[in-house]
Amino acid sequence: MLKIADRSFTSRLFTGTGKFSDSSIMEAALLASETELVTVALKRVSLDHTGSDDLMRHLGASHLNLLPNTSGVRTAKEAVFAAQLAREALETNWIKLEIHPDPKYLLPDPIETLKATEELAKLGFIVLPYIHADPVLCKRLEDVGTAAVMPLGAPIGSNKGLRTLDFLEIIIDQSNVPVIVDAGIGSPSHAAWAMELGADAVLVNTAIAVSADPVNMAHAFKLAVEAGRMAFEAKLAPTFSHAVASSPLTSFLDE
Amino acid sequence: MNNFIDIFEQYDWDVVKASIYRKTAADVRRALSTEKPTLEDFKALISPAAAPFLEEMAQLSRAATLKRFGKVIQMYVPLYLSNECNNICTYCGFSLDNKVKRKTLNPIEIMQEVARIKEMGYDHVLLVTGEHNLHVDVAYFKSVLQLIKPHFASIAMEVQPLEVEDYEVLKPYGLSTVLVYQETYHKEDYKKHHPKGKKSNFKYRLETPERIGAAGIHKMGLGVLIGLEDWRTDVFFTALHLSFLERKYWKSKYSISFPRLRPFSGGLAPKVEMSDAELVQLICAYRIFNKELELSISTRESESFRNNIVKLGITSISAGSKTNPGGYAVDPQSLEQFEISDERSPKEIAAMIAAQGYEAVWKDWDNCLMS
Repeated sequence: MLKIADRSFTSRLFTGTGKFSDSSIMEAALLASETELVTVALKRVSLDHTGSDDLMRHLGASHLNLLPNTSGVRTAKEAVFAAQLAREALETNWIKLEIHPDPKYLLPDPIETLKATEELAKLGFIVLPYIHADPVLCKRLEDVGTAAVMPLGAPIGSNKGLRTLDFLEIIIDQSNVPVIVDAGIGSPSHAAWAMELGADAVLVNTAIAVSADPVNMAHAFKLAVEAGRMAFEAKLAPTFSHAVASSPLTSFLDE
Repeated sequence: MNNFIDIFEQYDWDVVKASIYRKTAADVRRALSTEKPTLEDFKALISPAAAPFLEEMAQLSRAATLKRFGKVIQMYVPLYLSNECNNICTYCGFSLDNKVKRKTLNPIEIMQEVARIKEMGYDHVLLVTGEHNLHVDVAYFKSVLQLIKPHFASIAMEVQPLEVEDYEVLKPYGLSTVLVYQETYHKEDYKKHHPKGKKSNFKYRLETPERIGAAGIHKMGLGVLIGLEDWRTDVFFTALHLSFLERKYWKSKYSISFPRLRPFSGGLAPKVEMSDAELVQLICAYRIFNKELELSISTRESESFRNNIVKLGITSISAGSKTNPGGYAVDPQSLEQFEISDERSPKEIAAMIAAQGYEAVWKDWDNCLMS
């Protein structure tokens, strides 16, 4: 079972709430995915506790843990403020840290993200930062108390799959915190692949929300993530390549 | 799991040992064909089941070493500063209960030794002492580092375990590498071999690499003394330790040694013998398991063995070593810590390395690059 901070998850598929055509379809898709952690952009939630929020009404299922994200902020300072608002509004100290000063590709700012993670961890937040697939940054985030790392597979929303494969493998190899592949996963096969590599979870949003049939696609992702994880645990059979025979190196032992 | 001791205590020596000896040819084949061998794969590679795969392991080890390190072999040499020691270690020539003339080099003597080492061609050096907090304490190490720093590009140390603050104090004086060998991970046997002195504290020694890492020392060396206990089980624990450290102290480099117990006057005979073939197996297993690891071989090993393993996966080799304080210039006749097997000069070793198509490197890091 996946454990992040003090919480355990049966499902290793994390999802988002953006880009759905309407909230009812979103709710049906989230239920079909059997996800237990759903990220919600703070900028989409009404912060006045009126209970009239359409989005929030569809996220009421008890197994759905909310993971507010700071999408839209551009600096560490703004992110810390947003996280505090989120803690108030959604009554959770979990925060998905997204700091992208660039509105076109929405690429995360590693320097501001490191700063914000350090500060939020000190304030008692469970921080899940969205980052480039940068192994050194991951270790620096560990040093300052991150609860997990969320490296991107490809630019967010691009559906291009695991373009950062080599770096994801290094991150998974050396991480002491859960690794959640975020962004770029466009199809169930991408998700399965990430899980086969040993990712602890994946976060999928666009590929489900924008599909012609989000509910069935959500179910397909659920199955893919489960299959990928099972394959990882069962250990893939080796791809075999023979060592090139050259002059024997060990014959001296027989002399 | 933030401390190695917590991980270590989950393992039972006998259970680990049995699991290594149960490994099969199929386990070895899998270990040889996976790109990222796990600790279970490492067990297979060091198990008796891997013996028939030795040539294949050697080929893989050689290829992986060439890919990462190229055709170079690092040269190193120890400078024994003192044989004063308050510990009793059953296998060591400097043991408190061993009647040898005790000696700690003074600054003038150190410079005489340094001059000889420089003449041999070395631009870095490994400082070695016993454990004696009166004669060889942090203040002494600091003064030695200050004295010799202008003469070497980098300095390594193999002395008693120190505190994090001590390593931090020594770092600016040119300390870039610290070696500390656990000797054995068998807790009860460790106690038997180290009945007296600070070294008898198993846990303190086990935690030393973490203190080295916490102090931000660039490279650390690990290993066990082969011959004290079942070597396969001991090296599994070394690999477990290494894997933990690599994740926690990701900025450090790591090196491993595999000294086989050598005779010294009045010393202990090995409880467990390791054959040459088994040492080759171990070197290759380490390399296949960890592509970045530095593997070093000392003058404890014989000429012919050393000639033949240059290509097998090791990355550093000592030559011209003396294991007695003053051994190079001051008092060459004094008693050694252990007997040297390969007595060829560094130049001869470099020529032997060159003849195999490799280059001997005398310097690999410069302290002037360190902040």
